Amino acid sequence: MRKIDQQIRGKLHGIELLLLACSAGGFKVLFDILKALPGNLAIGVLVIIHRNAKYETNIEVSMTAKCDIPIKVAEEKELIKPPMVYFAPPGYHLLVEPDHSISLDISEPVNFCRPSIDVTMQSVADVYGPSTIAILLSGANQDGAQGMTAIQQAGGVCIVQDPECAEIKTMPEAAIALGAVDIILTNEELVTFCKELNKHILTRN
Amino acid sequence: MSISFENLEKLIDLVNNVHGFDLNGYSRASLKRRVSRIMDLFHLDFTDIKDNLVNTPGFFNMFLIEVTVNVTEMFRDPTFFIALREEVLPYLATFPYIKVWSAGCSTGEEVYSLVIVLKKQGLYDRSFIYGTDINHNVLEKAKQGIIDLKKMKEYSDNYMQTQADDSFSEYYTARYDAATIHHDLRKNVLFSIHNLVSDGVFNEFQLITCRNVLIYFNPPLQQHVLTLLYESLALFGFLCLGARETLRSDKLKDKFRLVNKKQNIYQKIA
Ligand SMILES: C[S@@+](CC[C@H](N)C(=O)[O-])C[C@H]1O[C@@H](n2cnc3c(N)ncnc32)[C@H](O)[C@@H]1O
Repeated sequence: MRKIDQQIRGKLHGIELLLLACSAGGFKVLFDILKALPGNLAIGVLVIIHRNAKYETNIEVSMTAKCDIPIKVAEEKELIKPPMVYFAPPGYHLLVEPDHSISLDISEPVNFCRPSIDVTMQSVADVYGPSTIAILLSGANQDGAQGMTAIQQAGGVCIVQDPECAEIKTMPEAAIALGAVDIILTNEELVTFCKELNKHILTRN
Repeated sequence: MSISFENLEKLIDLVNNVHGFDLNGYSRASLKRRVSRIMDLFHLDFTDIKDNLVNTPGFFNMFLIEVTVNVTEMFRDPTFFIALREEVLPYLATFPYIKVWSAGCSTGEEVYSLVIVLKKQGLYDRSFIYGTDINHNVLEKAKQGIIDLKKMKEYSDNYMQTQADDSFSEYYTARYDAATIHHDLRKNVLFSIHNLVSDGVFNEFQLITCRNVLIYFNPPLQQHVLTLLYESLALFGFLCLGARETLRSDKLKDKFRLVNKKQNIYQKIA
């Protein structure tokens, strides 16, 4: 599997949206990634995590204090504007409108998940197409595999956490099995990549 | 299969021209997803959908049900019902009668939840609850008051989380795998068609709930609907939006007092 080579670098130039997705076992590495993102990141970031809608969890609040980049829960019809990280609220799917505003949707869970990673990835692929990077992390189900395929077909960049580093490999492995991946990165490489993200996006190679 | 945003616009025009139904203010992201789902479910391409919309009787009705999202629960967001019981109903109890409107009520679960709370607070006998939606089929289901027993187990959990001191099973009769809402809970209830986009004020209410409907509308249509709801409220009546929906516009904000910020409950004060 490729690492970040010349061709990937070419695709990274002009990226407009970063999508981070994780489920069981992925919160720690997600946190490390958010800490690594620069406070002046040139693109908006969406985060889809699986958590129980019935119990109030304030991951966003605990992360905000320790990150350079601002973090919030996505509000419906809010415009995605950098630098900002938007978390999907529990219990809703997150969709993106053609004008880059966020819609929330309370339709059926998909494969028992709401928010569903597949649903947001499909929507982001529809709107941002080749200007998308998605990073899929640890998880105990196959959510995200279909979505990564959609992003890949739209010409975006698909990054998967190295299953050897993932606490639970099911989710990254499912995407890899579908071939919906451009690069596989270890946890350290993910952190370095995110630290340097502005450079990747802004410099033409 | 998937419909492009461009073709989606053509479909919206066609639906408006042929069926007089205006989907223009609806979320494109959601419509795209729902129409693509219809294409997959029934193995139709864009041309087939257009043909069917024009030529197949009954197709538009099915289309409308599938493009709108009708997912609902009894006691969805239990903390909302606690706020309703503790912060709104004591105020409404001072009124001689209470007219309630559940706008976008889908299959009625929200209406029956409201009825149960009103009843528990001793207010049901002087209350009347209107449930409205655009879909004939969901309203027929609402009228029957029959709910899948498996779902009732989930709703029973929600009910417990409202800190109710009685058992949810007192409100329905279980038979085979279906639960029938008690007749008594259906007597002060009326379900009817009302389109928030094109229909106007039809009564004056002390309490309006419009939850998880506005999320499917764009900001201009949301403003239009919120204005309609405002005009349908009696002075000092209450407006309850969904867990992620707010008033937004400053013009309307001045006319309401924020009663509960977390639950998006407002009171009309001007
Ligand atoms: C997600 S359901 C919400 C049900 C319930 N209020 C709840 O929160 O559980 C949204 C409902 O809004 C209805 N709806 C969509 N467009 C509408 C319109 N223009 N006028 C009235 N109802 C509409 C749909 O048919 C659907 O039943």
